[in-house]
Amino acid sequence: MKKMHIIGIIIVSVALTIILSTAGDASSYVTFAEAMKMAREGNKKKIHVVGTLKKDDQGNFTGIEASPDRLAVSFIMVDNNSEERKVFYNEPMPPDLLKSEQVVIIGSFRDETFVADKILLKCPSKYQEEKLN
Amino acid sequence: MHLFTGNLGHLFVIVSFVSSLFAFFSYTKSIGSVDDIKSGKWKNNGRFFFILHGIATAGVVSVLFYIIGNNYFEYHYAWSHSSKYLPVYYKIAAFWEGQEGSFLLWALWHVIIGLVLIRYSKTWEGPVMTIFCLVQAFLISMVLGIMIFDYKIGSSPFLLLRDVMEDPIFAINPEFLPADGTGLNPLLQNYWMVIHPPTLFLGFALTIVPFAYAVGSLWMKQYEGWVRATIPWAIITTGILGIGILMGAYWAYETLNFGGYWNWDPVENAVYVPWLLAVASLHSMVIFHKKGTSLRLIYILVISTFVLILYSTFLTRSGILGNTSVHSFTDLGLSGQLLVYLFVFTLVAVILLIIRWKQIPAPARELSSYSGEFWIILGILTLCLAGFQVIIPTSIPVYSAILKFFGMESGIAPPADQIQFYSRFQIWFAAALLILSGTAQSFWWKRINSKNLFSEISIPVTIALVAAIVMMVIFRISSVPYILLLTAGLYAAVSNGIILIKAAGKKFSFSGGTLAHIGLAFMIIGILTSSGYSFVISQNTTGMMYSKSFPDEINKENLLLFLNEPRQMGKYQLTYEGKKVKAKGVKGYIARNSVASTSDPRRVIAKVDILEGKEVKVRKGDTLEINPENTYYSVYYESDDGLNFRLYPRLQENPNMGNVVSPSIRKTVLQDIYTHVTVVANEERVWSEPYLEEVEVGSSFHIKDHVAEFTGMERMEEVEGTELGENDVAVKARVRILGHQTDFYVEPVYLIKGNNAGQIPAENLDFGVKIGIDKITPASNSFTFSISTSDKDYIILKAVVKPLINILWLGTLILVAGVAVALARRLMEFRK
Repeated sequence: MKKMHIIGIIIVSVALTIILSTAGDASSYVTFAEAMKMAREGNKKKIHVVGTLKKDDQGNFTGIEASPDRLAVSFIMVDNNSEERKVFYNEPMPPDLLKSEQVVIIGSFRDETFVADKILLKCPSKYQEEKLN
Repeated sequence: MHLFTGNLGHLFVIVSFVSSLFAFFSYTKSIGSVDDIKSGKWKNNGRFFFILHGIATAGVVSVLFYIIGNNYFEYHYAWSHSSKYLPVYYKIAAFWEGQEGSFLLWALWHVIIGLVLIRYSKTWEGPVMTIFCLVQAFLISMVLGIMIFDYKIGSSPFLLLRDVMEDPIFAINPEFLPADGTGLNPLLQNYWMVIHPPTLFLGFALTIVPFAYAVGSLWMKQYEGWVRATIPWAIITTGILGIGILMGAYWAYETLNFGGYWNWDPVENAVYVPWLLAVASLHSMVIFHKKGTSLRLIYILVISTFVLILYSTFLTRSGILGNTSVHSFTDLGLSGQLLVYLFVFTLVAVILLIIRWKQIPAPARELSSYSGEFWIILGILTLCLAGFQVIIPTSIPVYSAILKFFGMESGIAPPADQIQFYSRFQIWFAAALLILSGTAQSFWWKRINSKNLFSEISIPVTIALVAAIVMMVIFRISSVPYILLLTAGLYAAVSNGIILIKAAGKKFSFSGGTLAHIGLAFMIIGILTSSGYSFVISQNTTGMMYSKSFPDEINKENLLLFLNEPRQMGKYQLTYEGKKVKAKGVKGYIARNSVASTSDPRRVIAKVDILEGKEVKVRKGDTLEINPENTYYSVYYESDDGLNFRLYPRLQENPNMGNVVSPSIRKTVLQDIYTHVTVVANEERVWSEPYLEEVEVGSSFHIKDHVAEFTGMERMEEVEGTELGENDVAVKARVRILGHQTDFYVEPVYLIKGNNAGQIPAENLDFGVKIGIDKITPASNSFTFSISTSDKDYIILKAVVKPLINILWLGTLILVAGVAVALARRLMEFRK
């Protein structure tokens, strides 16, 4: 059974590698403060931050700015600790951004700006918004 | 209100549930009886109840179809998944859009498979149908919709709208009927939605057959005879499940805008992993059939496949994936029930396997590395590891939920770039599988020993290496994993090809396996070229920096196109030519400008004659029927080599579900050009402050750097929306703005009615101008226009080239053909 033992050892080590790499590559949900700390320490890992778009006193979204060529957008997000940060997203503004209840940004800080590679928008679910007539 | 229909449906659900329990009980009795006559009687009882269950399930399905088909919007299911204007085939699709309908579809497949088993499974009927009926009871319980001690069992599809929605209108008028349903999600309005879910659920449903045989055989302590009967089923299972997955991939590529055919989304992963295991279990059965070994492995693999199907059902339907997936079902609060379903079958199977483990025959024999089965087992292990690598990260939301249950916040999230994360591993597994498939086939079909090893293996290896080097040079491949994968793919294709010609070619019915492996090799090479070497051609490398704080250039992957203003993109010159619509009965696209809206958004009137070729298809003034949600954006591609074409990416606007974009693909033999809009100009524009400009009739002026001509004026006989009296005057000014390719016309009106004067401004959204007549000065024969401007109509698009993607689709077809041949052979064997 020697050959099978060697194969067994290989399989176990591949499986362990998989588990370790999953643990290593898994992202995490953090606040702006933690994300900023990570960036300062030189940790370039992409992380998730949950928050909402900034609103002014009248309840209108504020701080949303499309780049002059409209191919990128930046906005101000407030995280769950009420910290405000500027977020830059290198894609045209998603049409649903202004309807979102909650925003999840995935990326990392570069200097004072959070550069998002991906944005997940949580829009009011269809049942809440819908009226019957 | 059609209350009877829903009550009938609910009655069918209850009959279906209860009869599946009775059938389960009867079949348990039949296998438990030692007495043959008694056992036969219980078996007949079981058949009776299963057929009753089948009729009742078909009844549930028919009633739900009837409700959707007849637009009974008093029912929540019809209201939330269908709408009046859906064509019949989308009404069918609406049936399985929701969780309840898709459970029913699944259960219906089980009924059909169950009937086939009753007819053909002979002595295995008792144990196999016992498991079957228990699974059915669990599935039907998901749509039961009854309360037991405050605990909801299942979610009924026959709930009335007024019982689900808390809307004040029902207090005033309980009989209230909404005028229309909210429709099928626009993402899903595609013919794939009609054929993909039934195929996938058939694949899901089929995984129960090997499982039921395996558990039944453990129960009956008859460990060997079942495998032969199961092989044809295992082939159909892997085939159908694979086709279902590929249909989903092609659908995602062609219509949905996920950017590609595979995105390692949790929902995709949740079917990919059981499929890998199904493939592994099929291979283990083939070894056993020929050599009589690895029986224990078969049990492990077959049970794992089914458990993973249950797990994937739990993942996609419990709402646990939440934000991590773009396409899981909405949560119906069935998590508890789904967990019970998962645990019951996992525990029953695993405990039974442990109890019987020692009894399962396992000849102690060292596997020779010169034998085919040694290499197949290596392949099986690789498949399992590949599945393991996918399921571990996909389950991250589950770990978080478990930790939360114990009061801990984990804060752990799925990998930020899923595609890169999974591909990095899967590429090695794919390469290993290809090498193993080529090698295993060689050892399987030929007698190879240490003497002829070199001569047998060297031919395919040499051909593959030469071909790989040629391709590396031509396509300038430099990444090590890519080179390995390409070489492995070529090796698998060549070595299987040689076997196909030499050995299996003599007897065509034996060539199923080799064909399937050649198909797989083509598919993986196609995935490598189309995904590994896909490139964005709408790349914007202007060297522009977004802000001073980022020193690096930001490459933008989108291109902004103003109406009729050509822009260069790679070797193509692109021109956005305006919005188009599609009308019923008219081929091709019609300019949105050439039809006028009416009060019914679905009907428009042609403003000009519409041609089809040279023939006038629609006369001016005719009414056309359109789907007002769909707009197509015509983009003209011109290239230096004279290959010009138009693409029409689509945007679907649904008031309830938001905007959905679909790509338009230019398909050629060597590559696909995949184009979709990312953003379009808003119909509600931001207008500049109006400014005044006095212009003499017949002279020119400027608007937004374009020359505009005030070509003339005319008195109008009638003005829409106002009655003109005898002394009233209406004057229309004709303004033409010269564009690069087409001109734009604006015709504002000035109205004197009684003692009042007023302006009716006119706008041209394509050009982005609104002109009103502020004042008419007869003395100087001039008009004073009040002009405000906005953007011209524009779109932002993204274009990606996918090289050699046709190799992937070709490989798919070869694979399917291989599976079909293998199935035909095994069925013939089974008949003997």
